[in-house]
Amino acid sequence: MRRNGSRILVPLFLGVAGCGIGFAQTSTPALTVSNADNAWMLVSSALVLMMTGPGLALFYGGLVRKKNVLSVMMQSFAMMALVTLLWAIVSYSLAFDSGTSFIGGLHHAFMRDVALTPDADYGSTIPVQTFMVYQLMFAIITPALITGAFAERMKFSAMALFLMLWSIVVYSPMAHMVWGKGGLLNAALGGAIPTLDFAGGTVVHITSGVSALVCAIYLGKRLGYPHEPAPPHSVVLSFIGACLLWVGWFGFNAGSALSSGSLATSAFVNTHFATAGAAMSWAVVEWIRNKKPSALGAISGAVAGLVAITPAAGFVQPMSAIVIGLIAGVCCYFMVAKVKHMLGYDDALDAFGVHGVGGTLGAILTGIFASSTINPIFKDSAGKVLPSGLIEGNGNQLLNQLGGVGIAWGISIVGTLVLLFMVDKTIGLRVTPSEEIEGLDITQHGEEGYDRVA
Amino acid sequence: MQKIEAIVQPSKVEAVKTALIDAGITGMTIVEARGHGRQKGHTEFYRGREYSVDLLPKAKVEIVVQDELVDTAIRAIIAGARTGKIGDGKIFVSKIEQVIRIRNDERGEGAL
Repeated sequence: MRRNGSRILVPLFLGVAGCGIGFAQTSTPALTVSNADNAWMLVSSALVLMMTGPGLALFYGGLVRKKNVLSVMMQSFAMMALVTLLWAIVSYSLAFDSGTSFIGGLHHAFMRDVALTPDADYGSTIPVQTFMVYQLMFAIITPALITGAFAERMKFSAMALFLMLWSIVVYSPMAHMVWGKGGLLNAALGGAIPTLDFAGGTVVHITSGVSALVCAIYLGKRLGYPHEPAPPHSVVLSFIGACLLWVGWFGFNAGSALSSGSLATSAFVNTHFATAGAAMSWAVVEWIRNKKPSALGAISGAVAGLVAITPAAGFVQPMSAIVIGLIAGVCCYFMVAKVKHMLGYDDALDAFGVHGVGGTLGAILTGIFASSTINPIFKDSAGKVLPSGLIEGNGNQLLNQLGGVGIAWGISIVGTLVLLFMVDKTIGLRVTPSEEIEGLDITQHGEEGYDRVA
Repeated sequence: MQKIEAIVQPSKVEAVKTALIDAGITGMTIVEARGHGRQKGHTEFYRGREYSVDLLPKAKVEIVVQDELVDTAIRAIIAGARTGKIGDGKIFVSKIEQVIRIRNDERGEGAL
């Protein structure tokens, strides 16, 4: 999606170029950089990086036991370095070079032809390098989200190898399908199954959440789970992390307009409204069931709301965003507090319960609530705006959304299973039981998060 | 010389400290502690999971005084720490063999 505003501008530029005076004309029009758009996109890129470190690192770090706090933070931080290097070498190209319907080509490997001028399909008013680095921040946080599922028991080496491979095998193809030129699910560029995903409900949250579920089941439970208590060692850290995620998400969702115009405003408002709704609904359900509204519940609800509004952010009306948030808070609460225990898997920090469930829910609700007034994404050959979502009368879109969801689930399950199997059979996935008891901070990193004597 | 160890509610530490100082007793050590006696713990919920917490936050006030000040000190601690509810804590009194001031090797009551 993401480049809807630009599609109106392209013909405009074509027109200007067409009036050009006698210079040797090429077939491609000269696109100019808007400094306003570029400024917003650079800020958004920084905001999205802030979601991983410190946002997610603090959110997850507070939820584990004291002996594992650094290991969890380091897993997120490692993605900031490793995925960046991979992105420069090959994975940006695999995601955004035009290639097949499923994966991009290798033309942009090693940053070849990733220019400081715009590309009409990737934000027609910002340098392609801005688009590239903005997309990189999404590629960083997505595998980092998975680490919540296998927290407190996976070897650092195995985590690094698995997530680097995952970034290439699962993330790049999914990003290509939804946002890349020629992608199967790309709604803005005429994909076969046009899936509305404004900022990454399928690409980021379903892939990470479903892969997290597979990891939790494949690795098995933590020692002592669920009999030994393992409560969060610092809800304070998690609280700070969640608030940073909320702020950073404005870059994630409103930045996905790829411009600083009214579509960005719409996504910004929706993001905020849905989050408020979900924070409240999770806390209220908890209040009813446990007699008290907890801080951890309120911030978990906020994250669930942020996840659910992500695919819908630039497509729905503000009041629809509130409804999406309210639904997400309640559904994710029951997933995390009831269903997980009934099924018995140990998704340590609820990466699936929040991102997998919230992402799937958001993708489906986008198909219901999408409004052509907010974002006229579908047009007929004459340029007439067609209805977007189910409520506007485009019931077919719900099927398209389910198609996108199904593909995201499928590639995540298969890719994650194959990669876990490979890493398991070569270097092994889990730390030894004695290392797990001692804690990953000392056994994996040789340090402790907190001094015992100040 | 005797050592008085009082396990009290963390919220009563200030009141105990003030009562001891008002009774003329200076010098004390306060340690953050966790524990329980007859008082039951409480229940905490994290994402719907219930945890029963039976070791509750407490504070331990330690003082060493001359024999004739023991009763005064105990009365001061009780005055500061008592609410009348379960969980107010306990006081333990024991004999102290020797006290040495590290700075100048002074020994006995003079070192207190």
